[in-house]
Amino acid sequence: MNKALKKAADSIDPALFEFAEYDEKAAENSGFSNYSYWRSTWQSFIKNKVAVFLLIVLVLLLAFTVIQPYLPNQKLPTKIYNDEETGLQLRNVLPNNEFWLGTNSIGQDLWARIWSGTRTSLFIGLVVGASEALIGIAIGALWGYARKLDRIITEVYNVLDNIPNTIILVLLTYILRPSLSTLIFAMCITSWRYMAKFVRNLIIIIRDREYNLASRCLGTPTRRIIVKNLLPYLVSVIMLRIALAIPSAIGSEVFLTYIGLGLPVETPSLGNLINEGRLLMMVPSLRYQLFFPAIVLSVITISFYVLGNVFADASDPRNHV
Amino acid sequence: MLKYSLKRLLQSMITLFVIVTLVFLLMRLMPEEGYYGDRGDKLDEAQKEAILTDMGLRDPLYIQLKNFYSDLLHGDFGTSIIYRPKVPVIDILKDKLPYSLYLGLSALAIALVFGLSLGVLMTRFKGKIGDKLGTGYIVIINAVPAAVYYLLLQLYVTDILKLPILFDSDNPASWILPAVSMSLVSMASYAMWLRRYMVDELNKDYIRLARAKGLKNKVIMVKHVMRNAFVPMAQLLPMSVLYTISGSIYIESLYSIPGMGGLLVDAIQRQDNPLVQTLVLVFSSIGILGLFLGDVLMAIFDPRIKLSKQGGGR
Repeated sequence: MNKALKKAADSIDPALFEFAEYDEKAAENSGFSNYSYWRSTWQSFIKNKVAVFLLIVLVLLLAFTVIQPYLPNQKLPTKIYNDEETGLQLRNVLPNNEFWLGTNSIGQDLWARIWSGTRTSLFIGLVVGASEALIGIAIGALWGYARKLDRIITEVYNVLDNIPNTIILVLLTYILRPSLSTLIFAMCITSWRYMAKFVRNLIIIIRDREYNLASRCLGTPTRRIIVKNLLPYLVSVIMLRIALAIPSAIGSEVFLTYIGLGLPVETPSLGNLINEGRLLMMVPSLRYQLFFPAIVLSVITISFYVLGNVFADASDPRNHV
Repeated sequence: MLKYSLKRLLQSMITLFVIVTLVFLLMRLMPEEGYYGDRGDKLDEAQKEAILTDMGLRDPLYIQLKNFYSDLLHGDFGTSIIYRPKVPVIDILKDKLPYSLYLGLSALAIALVFGLSLGVLMTRFKGKIGDKLGTGYIVIINAVPAAVYYLLLQLYVTDILKLPILFDSDNPASWILPAVSMSLVSMASYAMWLRRYMVDELNKDYIRLARAKGLKNKVIMVKHVMRNAFVPMAQLLPMSVLYTISGSIYIESLYSIPGMGGLLVDAIQRQDNPLVQTLVLVFSSIGILGLFLGDVLMAIFDPRIKLSKQGGGR
């Protein structure tokens, strides 16, 4: 009996139990479909006409904010314009050919200030969104994968999560000197938690699913598991959080400026402009100083918000056919 | 249930302790000029030193920290420096608290009533024009910074409805717009989540069974869908407390309401450190309390919840 078993064992070719190299052609032969994650995402994204429209608006707006200073006949956002005859400042000039959106209360060109402010606000939003993604994904991945760390990070998270965000923002910007880096720092401190929580929860749900177990048993390298099995599920959440982080960072900037902790007046930002407009809003003829920045602000924030939500739906592999 | 609440209470206490310590340490980083009030440039070095010693700011850090804790426990929050010099902060707050409290609570009530009704209506007319309008409202509230629509409301609604533009505690009409404005954000989040939960519930198999056995749509909606969808709504309550806090900061200073939110803006602009410090502590305590109550409420509604599952829960 033993001999028979041994004989059978000897005749097994050990090479059959080696992990095979990943070979795309071989994979295609075993039931290949021409499914591509990004193509499917794009296809379901462009089905939403509102989202496509907003995407075009946003791309044009972003492109315009970047190239605006290089166009001909542009004024400087911080230069105070004086009347050539009297030498007085051109205060609160209504929109005309010279000043397309009029001037503000000390004679600066509102058109130039709005685009300069949009650049500042977008810069804040993009930096905060990017650092939220970096910090949040790193901590969230650690939190989800490393089982030993789970308890500690959860406890720390629960304590931190109880502190109202507004309070942290106000406290930090009050204590530090008001500047662009202070604002970005304070917002980064508060915002990474959402991303970390989402990433952690998803990783915990997905990491032990059967298809991942099967993949691991078949010897798929960890890198491939992460890139092909986990990432597509995370993309939708990550993109959604980044897309929402931008309007909320812009909103926080407006809030902090409103309570007097924002950027110095020399740096135009949408928050600064709205605040300047607010001071004049009781004079009906000067309300344009509030409206123009408010319109640009609303278009940007609504576009990011809607696009983020639509893209999150489109990039969720469960919604792909 | 009781065990959970106690554990959760302990967690809140730790958070409060962390905040108090952080606030104290961060406030020590502030430049010392803030402690002399508006007489800063008239004092010589010795007088400045005397003021600082008198306030205990020359003691070693751990003694300062100990004094700070014991002062807080005895209800001593220091005295205001600039806003109302030499007046204890606690006395200033006593006058302000009722306004913020009434306004905040009425905003919460308005949000609850109208937000939930909006959510139910949006589910009822799902995909129709009403649902789309509601979604538009939610998108605008969530995306656009609050300052923009608060300002527009104050500017135009006061004009159209002939409401007073500034707050006057004797005139009940002047309460309306501030309270409604403050409730807008929470209202949107109630409507959004209730609609989402109800639609989720509607897609479940037992609803199909109920339809199949001939139950009336109304009964299904009220007895099954709404009842189940309301359970997770409890976790939104603390969120709306937080929204109301940040709303009150805007609204109270916009309408010159003599409450704590407006006071915070004043204190920040005049750099009155003890006042800012106390207000930060008050607001964070309210926030922590709101989150704690929300979680306990959630546990009462849903017995499956255990503390170990938190972390990702909210």
